[in-house]
Amino acid sequence: MSKRIDVSDLNVYYGDFLAVEDVNITLDAKSVTAFIGPSGCGKSTFLRTLNRMHEVIPGARVEGKVLLDGDNLYADGVDPVTVRSQIGMVFQRPNPFPTMSIRDNVLAGVKLNSRRMPKSDADALVEKSLQGANLWNEVKDRLDKPGSGLSGGQQQRLCIARAIAVSPDVILMDEPCSALDPISTLAIEDLINELKDEYTVVIVTHNMQQAARVSDKTAFFNIAGTGKPGKLIEFAETATIFNNPGQKSTEDYVSGRFG
Amino acid sequence: MFSGAALGAGALIVAVLFAVALFLIVQALPTFSAPAADITGGKGFFSYIFPIVIGTLIAATIALLIATPIGVAVALFISHYAPRKLARGLGYVVDLLAAIPSVIYGAWGASFLASELKVPYQWLADNLGWIPIFAGPASSTGKTILTAGIVLAVMVLPIIASLTREIFLQAPMLHQEAALALGATRWEMIRMAVLPFARGGIISAVMLGLGRALGETMAVALVLSSGPLIASLIRSGNQTIAAEIALDFPEAFGLRMHELIAAGLVLFLITLGVNMVARWIINRHKEFSGAN
Repeated sequence: MSKRIDVSDLNVYYGDFLAVEDVNITLDAKSVTAFIGPSGCGKSTFLRTLNRMHEVIPGARVEGKVLLDGDNLYADGVDPVTVRSQIGMVFQRPNPFPTMSIRDNVLAGVKLNSRRMPKSDADALVEKSLQGANLWNEVKDRLDKPGSGLSGGQQQRLCIARAIAVSPDVILMDEPCSALDPISTLAIEDLINELKDEYTVVIVTHNMQQAARVSDKTAFFNIAGTGKPGKLIEFAETATIFNNPGQKSTEDYVSGRFG
Repeated sequence: MFSGAALGAGALIVAVLFAVALFLIVQALPTFSAPAADITGGKGFFSYIFPIVIGTLIAATIALLIATPIGVAVALFISHYAPRKLARGLGYVVDLLAAIPSVIYGAWGASFLASELKVPYQWLADNLGWIPIFAGPASSTGKTILTAGIVLAVMVLPIIASLTREIFLQAPMLHQEAALALGATRWEMIRMAVLPFARGGIISAVMLGLGRALGETMAVALVLSSGPLIASLIRSGNQTIAAEIALDFPEAFGLRMHELIAAGLVLFLITLGVNMVARWIINRHKEFSGAN
């Protein structure tokens, strides 16, 4: 399954501080959208508002609308827990549950939603999810070993397997490769290319080559100065952003003049 | 230089422990060689020590059964549920509880709690008296092993609560966010990412609490009106090793003194055993502790 996200007039605050101002953007279903921009420009903050994970941070709140195929995530009575089971997330540092085996890690989210699951179904889901994350062949003989024993890149793919096991509509990735070596990064990028056949993928990255390699569309965020809110400067096809950007600051950023 | 100081400090600890153990063993020896008839009770050391060992274990068990769930729940409330201001205030209060001297807890237990518990004990004897631990007649003073256990629970509670709170606060945000991002509720997140992480810490906290409950002297001596070993928790009777030593030591001489030191040795061995079991439990789960 895959759904599109429409964001309109979104402001994000930390307490009284306006962190991200007035974002309007549409993220297409079955495509990869990359968020790029200098540090502190609010791209990660904005990403978190797409599945309400910003609410974990004390004082963080939003104004505006985020529509998932037309349903407002911030409407009254919408439970953030439901939102997060529809919109999965992969974090900057791989974070498999250290107390769980590889198998249990994959099933962690599923066990929350449906209490009882026959063992054969669970086995099938574990295999399917790990296949989906290109990890099955590496771990099929040690599913009962702790997930923390894997390499960083494998752990990150395990986290992706865990996220897709609950069959979300959207997968958010917050700099998923920044803690990984180039080989592992390549494995994740290949995986992102496959994931977009089934999911809407949104990825925050500091690596412009990565954005150019994996994404269909790219959004450039920037900040006017410290203490100023981050803004969405330009959003277009990735090729346009990198080859023929409409804004001066986008061009400066993608050509490496700052950031 | 520093490594020398550290080595010295480490060696000192071992030396002190060894010296205490040696003292206990040497001073306890005469008890074991004395004829059975000379030991208090007249039937040898084992039948003297057995009832008070059981009494000690009963009191400590009651204390932990009450204090562990409450302590962990209080800690979780402070670390993950309460608004930040309330959490801070509550944290101070819990730490303050740990600072109250045990004699004050003893006085409170003996003069207030015991008399408050008379009615509930009567009720237990009337309605649940068929269970051996609630067999009547209920104590008319309320000074029973159950009261002593409850007082111990109050004393142990802040130890468990403040230690586990620290552990809960250290639970990695990384894994808590992972759980939340999968669509876990707060309680599910705690079960997935906080409690497993804190497992070893909770066991250590409970063992520290158990250490205090086993060794606590003053509160038990004041609260419990002691007697021979009985199954009922709501009648006068039973005694703990620590309270027995505290009450009798000032007037003890000769063999009686060696006897009490031997009782102390037994208490020392129990505590040692408990700690070793705890360590074993923690180590058994090392592979999944996240330390690798």
